[in-house]
Amino acid sequence: MNSRALGVLACVGVMSILVSACEPPPTKVLQHGYRGTGMDEIYNSRALDKLAASNAVPVAPPAAVEGGPPATSVFKNLQVLDDLSVAQVSRLMVSMTAWVAPPGQSCNYCHVADLAADDNYHKVVARSMLRMVRHLNSGWKNHVGTTGVTCYTCHRGMDVPAYVWYRQPPQTQTAEFAGDRDGQNAPAAAVGLTSLPNDPFSEYLDGQATNIRVVATEALPGGDPTSTKQTEHTYALMIHMSTALGVNCTYCHNSRSFTSWDSSTPQRATAWYGIRMVRDLNAHYLEPLTPTLPPDRKGPLGDPAKVNCQTCHQGVYKPLFGVSMLKDYPELAGPVTTAATTSAATTN
Amino acid sequence: MSEYQNFFNRVQVRSPIYVGTPLPRGGVWKRSFRGGFSYWLGWIGDAQIGPLYLGTLGVASLFCGFIAFEIIGLNMLASVNWSPIQLIRQLPWLALEPPAPSNGLHLPPLNQGGWWLLAGLFLTTSVLLWWARMYRRARALGMGTHVAWAFASAIWLMLVLGIIRPVLMGTFGEAVPFGIFPHLDWVAAFSIRYGNLFYCPFHMLSIAFLYGSALLFAMHGGTILAVGRYGGDRELEQIVDRGTAGERAALFWRWTMGFNATVESIHRWAWWFAVLCPLVGGIGILLTGTVVDNWYLWAVKHGVAPSYPQVFPTVIDPATLPGAPQ
Repeated sequence: MNSRALGVLACVGVMSILVSACEPPPTKVLQHGYRGTGMDEIYNSRALDKLAASNAVPVAPPAAVEGGPPATSVFKNLQVLDDLSVAQVSRLMVSMTAWVAPPGQSCNYCHVADLAADDNYHKVVARSMLRMVRHLNSGWKNHVGTTGVTCYTCHRGMDVPAYVWYRQPPQTQTAEFAGDRDGQNAPAAAVGLTSLPNDPFSEYLDGQATNIRVVATEALPGGDPTSTKQTEHTYALMIHMSTALGVNCTYCHNSRSFTSWDSSTPQRATAWYGIRMVRDLNAHYLEPLTPTLPPDRKGPLGDPAKVNCQTCHQGVYKPLFGVSMLKDYPELAGPVTTAATTSAATTN
Repeated sequence: MSEYQNFFNRVQVRSPIYVGTPLPRGGVWKRSFRGGFSYWLGWIGDAQIGPLYLGTLGVASLFCGFIAFEIIGLNMLASVNWSPIQLIRQLPWLALEPPAPSNGLHLPPLNQGGWWLLAGLFLTTSVLLWWARMYRRARALGMGTHVAWAFASAIWLMLVLGIIRPVLMGTFGEAVPFGIFPHLDWVAAFSIRYGNLFYCPFHMLSIAFLYGSALLFAMHGGTILAVGRYGGDRELEQIVDRGTAGERAALFWRWTMGFNATVESIHRWAWWFAVLCPLVGGIGILLTGTVVDNWYLWAVKHGVAPSYPQVFPTVIDPATLPGAPQ
């Protein structure tokens, strides 16, 4: 083989690396749509190994003994878990400590010496979060199914979940004369480092029902005023969902017509409920914590940490790869105890 | 015989500097650079650099282009709080955005799209002046104006995207931002909003001409280099007197696909493919939103989009179910 042939071979080798977009093998392609539609999920085993390690489910303690005195007979000031037994509440408290309290802190992370007192704001927040989890598991089955969630789904051993969002102040500038970024055109982590509008959360997940659909519903123009710019905002939300779930567009959509439900996957409907669920949680459980939280636990605009898709999913199509922790913690499945949260489920 | 079997030029013609045909009498402008030689540029082109003719149109075009460049660049710099380091780091993400869609066709404040409008005005002026310059330089050399008209085709696409379609849609907000990633995001969002541009027949044609141009370029470049050892690069002579190089090249293609272009017609093929690519692309953009709002639905209506077997359980839009949250 002469040197010219070697040179050509080297060129072919370099080109093949460039063409494969620098993703070293092994990648695995899972086809789930009809052939030719490109509805494939692409996984890399190294990335999957990492995700599997960070999404391992902690071992559940033995189930609480059945029967026994009701919790209200021993614990005072019980407002949410008043339908449980002493054994059930005690077991749940131990688990919650492991799930949420920072290392080195246990019951006293939330409780003062008088366990019934509400003097520590962590306890007030935890109560609201328990309400939220029960509401979510019983009222949003069309998103969480029977798999459900526990505190661990988001917290993973941390007092504040790793993936939360705050409202962001508008762009700061030295002059109002030039350089308007229009809320986009910055390498923002929230939208997968694209230059898309970088705060889809305030726009779409902050409680209000804002329209996400931007694609024309008729072949010919019929007064649909949606602009290309507005489409970029929806696109930004979709990039967030894609990043949060570790999937590409075709997990939910047939990309030849993003808007057609008849060519979409069932996961799209699940995601649709997920968006409404997140709005409900932010409006009725997270935002109301504003007066409870101290300033250092709030965002730059004084709002509490709020949830988006990534808060639970953390890069996986189903949180914790679909392992149900709820079956080991039936105490978190419901019932919903306050009238306020029941109405939230129906109005949102 | 010169050797052409290489990735780069093996031949560099060195003669006394050729300054070109005489300029018209009484002109104000002289050729501003007498010319010289570059060994390295000789590897990829003519080793003689210059002379350059700038002229009124050239100076005006460069001036307008410079203003547009400055407006865009300084806005980007302002958007990173005048930090040169951040300008470089974030450059692919930075942009100068057109006005909000709600602004319509009104003149917006400078920082809400006004700068974009000004940059567009100067860039358009610059490009049009450059077009006129190409036309006039070709005429001055007694050439045809094919290059100018090919350039006009690209200008057509640019004007459709930047001004003609936005005006027809009634808002500057429908135009493209100036920026590297942002204009690509805009393209993707544009296609999504109007129901997938791949179903637009003019987009299909444009792709065919784009890929076709690359194919023709490869075929023609390959053919001429391959017969270079027989003097096949003297194409103009071979238009009327083919000789052994032309015969071999023609026979090669008749053997492989039964038909061959002539030494003249291959250049017409190439010119038309290149010109039609942005020409029909511009038509497709012009029709989008003005005449067709969803290309996928349009394609379904006209039997263009194939249907696929249903492989998922039936999915119903949850928003249409009774009692659904909104």
